[in-house]
Amino acid sequence: MEISLTVNGEKHTVDVPPNTLLVYLLREVLNLTGTHIGCDTSSCGACTVIMNGKAVKSCTVFAFQADGAEIITVEGLAKNGELHPVQEGFMEKHGLQCGFCTPGMLVLAYELVNTEEDLSEEKLRKALKGNLCRCTGYQKIVEAIQYAKEKV
Amino acid sequence: MGVVGQPVKRKEDRRLITGYGEFLEDIKLPGMLYAVFVRSPLAHGKIVSIDTSEAENYPGVVAVFTAKDLEGKVNDNPVAWIVPDSNQADVKRPLLARDKVRFMGEPVAVVIAESRQAAYDAAELVYVDYEDLPAVVQADEAVKDGAPLVHEHVPNNIALKWHVKGGDVEKAFSEADRIIKQRIHIHRAAPVPLEPRGAVAKYNPGKDKLTVWVTTQNAHIHRFLLSVILNEPEHKIRVITPDVGGGFGAKIPVYIEEAVVSFAAMQLKRPVKWVETRSEHFVSSIHGRDFIGELEFAVKNDGKILGIRGKNYGNLGAYYSTISPGCVTVLHGLILPGTYDIQAFDYEMYGVFTNTAPTDADRGAGRPEALFFLERMVDIIAQELGLDPVEVRKKNLLPPGENIKTVTGLVYDSADYQKAMNKALEIADYEGLRKQQEELRKECRYIGIGVVSHIDICGFAPSKVVGAVGLQAGQWESAIVRVHPTGKVTIVSGASPHGQGSDTTYSQIVSDILGIPIEDIELVYGDTDAVQMGWGTYGSRGAATGGTAVAKAAKKVFEKAKMLAAHFLETEEENLEFKDGVFIRKDNPEKKITIQDVALQANVAWNLPEGVEPGLEAEVFYDPSNFTYPFGTHICVVEVDPETGQVDFLKYLAVDDAGNILNPLLADGQVQGGIVHGIGHSMYEAIVYSEDGQLLTGSFNEYALPKAHLVPHIENHYTITPSNVNELGVKGIGEAGAIAAQVCVANAIIDALKPFGIKHLDSPYTPARIWKAIQEAKQNGGNA
Ligand code: FES
Ligand code: FES
Repeated sequence: MEISLTVNGEKHTVDVPPNTLLVYLLREVLNLTGTHIGCDTSSCGACTVIMNGKAVKSCTVFAFQADGAEIITVEGLAKNGELHPVQEGFMEKHGLQCGFCTPGMLVLAYELVNTEEDLSEEKLRKALKGNLCRCTGYQKIVEAIQYAKEKV
Repeated sequence: MGVVGQPVKRKEDRRLITGYGEFLEDIKLPGMLYAVFVRSPLAHGKIVSIDTSEAENYPGVVAVFTAKDLEGKVNDNPVAWIVPDSNQADVKRPLLARDKVRFMGEPVAVVIAESRQAAYDAAELVYVDYEDLPAVVQADEAVKDGAPLVHEHVPNNIALKWHVKGGDVEKAFSEADRIIKQRIHIHRAAPVPLEPRGAVAKYNPGKDKLTVWVTTQNAHIHRFLLSVILNEPEHKIRVITPDVGGGFGAKIPVYIEEAVVSFAAMQLKRPVKWVETRSEHFVSSIHGRDFIGELEFAVKNDGKILGIRGKNYGNLGAYYSTISPGCVTVLHGLILPGTYDIQAFDYEMYGVFTNTAPTDADRGAGRPEALFFLERMVDIIAQELGLDPVEVRKKNLLPPGENIKTVTGLVYDSADYQKAMNKALEIADYEGLRKQQEELRKECRYIGIGVVSHIDICGFAPSKVVGAVGLQAGQWESAIVRVHPTGKVTIVSGASPHGQGSDTTYSQIVSDILGIPIEDIELVYGDTDAVQMGWGTYGSRGAATGGTAVAKAAKKVFEKAKMLAAHFLETEEENLEFKDGVFIRKDNPEKKITIQDVALQANVAWNLPEGVEPGLEAEVFYDPSNFTYPFGTHICVVEVDPETGQVDFLKYLAVDDAGNILNPLLADGQVQGGIVHGIGHSMYEAIVYSEDGQLLTGSFNEYALPKAHLVPHIENHYTITPSNVNELGVKGIGEAGAIAAQVCVANAIIDALKPFGIKHLDSPYTPARIWKAIQEAKQNGGNA
């Protein structure tokens, strides 16, 4: 079926089978491999993208549900080679190690810094509970997002 | 001031935060096929027949392979650790199950198709007829007479038995005031990197060249073993590691899936890709822990430990994994005396086959289990004797020093355990915490304080030593430091980072030695055609062994650069000063040359001294003289709600001593990640099989990886006791957190339960288990 959507500001019209998941559309059809797949139960959040301003797990969204949507993936965070504050934060505060969870964490952070006022450690830890990271122990991810909040 | 020791931001971050990491799943090759494995639903069964015809005819399917198709073409997957004097049973794993399946998830067939979907669909159409056999999942059950045999030729399922003895054990136990005994089961968990395993293989028949991209921590070990399995000469195999999304031990082993995909690519002469799903990961990637210890400590009434006696059953699963025999023996038993002055030791270790997925290294590999036994026992001793657990620890700690020989034959490089412990106690205000605990108990609130003194065996490793204990490999590390004509630098290392940040730390090391900015330096690793032999990253060896090789190579380069600079400046080397990358004549500071210009001259070689080779690079193969032994003290404070069994963290404080720290930012990250790994293993994560061997925790819905809100804020502190093994004075910091935290949390929780008369409780420390223990204790008269 034909689907039109905007990804990172670019319009795409694609023809995919109806059972295609958004994450496959992004990775396999549009070759935006920054968005990762870490599980098959919607548990890990490695696939998180922004859809119409909200962080969603793209492995739980059918491509057709994104018809007409505005999507932002990790590839769309930096503008003209300038890192977004959340990216800066992750670099400054060592918010990543292997980098596999990172794209999902970054776009979630992007939503949080744009929409939440209270980014206390406690609040942030709760907000991160849908995204797993095996490497960092989360503390530096929290610090990275707080750093970014100061900058936006 | 140099950059070593500074919190330098990571060079590897930019690609990973902009979506340009290159992970295995991102690889797409023209004409690529997809592999899906057909796995056993049974824990134990005879394969009566396999019918692949329907699958073969499914649209898009290119081939279906079973064990029959591999017969005579490949070899079984060998084990890379053969422990001497252990009577280790000869068991090799077939790539696809031959006559029997031995654990749920063992592959019996592979379907190769034009698309992933077609491969999945067709895999459902492979019909396997099994005859159900009784299964055994628990190691102490498996060794009993009459237990089902996983391998018919291995009696009592005992794969190996290794014995370590030192000192006068009989005397120690006869002189003891008390002998304190406990059985401890450290439940099964798993390393669970966030990126699943995968492999892409491509074969060029014209060159007879096999290229395999694989999620591994050690490309060269993969090349070596794939060559053995596939009968393909080693120089005809190229193994490449893309960005690897975490390993923690899970990506050390050479897995049969990787070999099957390689075989398929060679047979079909088309690229083949396989990436496991998370559910597949849980049934077929390695698990860890699952040790059952029976421990006896001979003690004096004042808490002095005279000797340790005991045995352990380490659950190997259905087959050996690449280094698993070492994990249940050598890497475990030798460190069991920990940081204490133990003079008598007698310990038997069994590796046991069961109908479960194979186990292997899981962030610490045998050492977390040793420290868990030891540090749990110290708390039990304190409780039995009515002493403070810290007092018992202090009574037994080894004195500060260097080259301390232990009862098991290890030589601790440098030690100051008191310093780390005192620092932790002071910062945490241990006395105050105990008072607070006392006060709160009056209000029926139960806080618990866990204190552990931890130690790790790191910096793998002196090759002669690991060879003597049966590892079928060397453990030295290599490095090339190459200065290009423009003065930019490539480091080529046999280590294989997958999140540790070695690109940054190695660049820091080279930058300080050569005076070249770190942004002009880049690390190449994980490609066997580009990198000289090396052994990968695990065992906290990246800095101590890999980093030392890099430092040595950079120093050699510097020596040559200095010699050439003297030649170009027409003076003696002694007359040169080196500052910020510039060689300056002391007698005439006007005359100077940058190291970049030296590199250019060295590379064009128009004017080199007689007999000097062109180029500016050096290669080093560094074999350490000893392991390194990082240590520290961790303190954890929890509150347990006796009504629900719920545990809340009040504090987690870590004092680690890993010798010199190359990059404090990265060190904190390693320790914090390790601690959360340990907490996860203690409280949330559990691999559970039913009695008949069905995996009950096959996804993230059942296997609870720790989440951000379920783990505490960690306070990181350090003491610095440089290692004497290497010139950097570093020890290693990747595993220490996991080793310390798993038992630190256990001690804290059980300390909180002390008023109920609870001495020990096996993990995982879930609310249900804690609540049940409290109820049972109350019924048995424990008051609170
Ligand atoms: S891939 Fe794990 S939540 Fe989407
Ligand atoms: S950085 Fe590796 S999983 Fe988060």
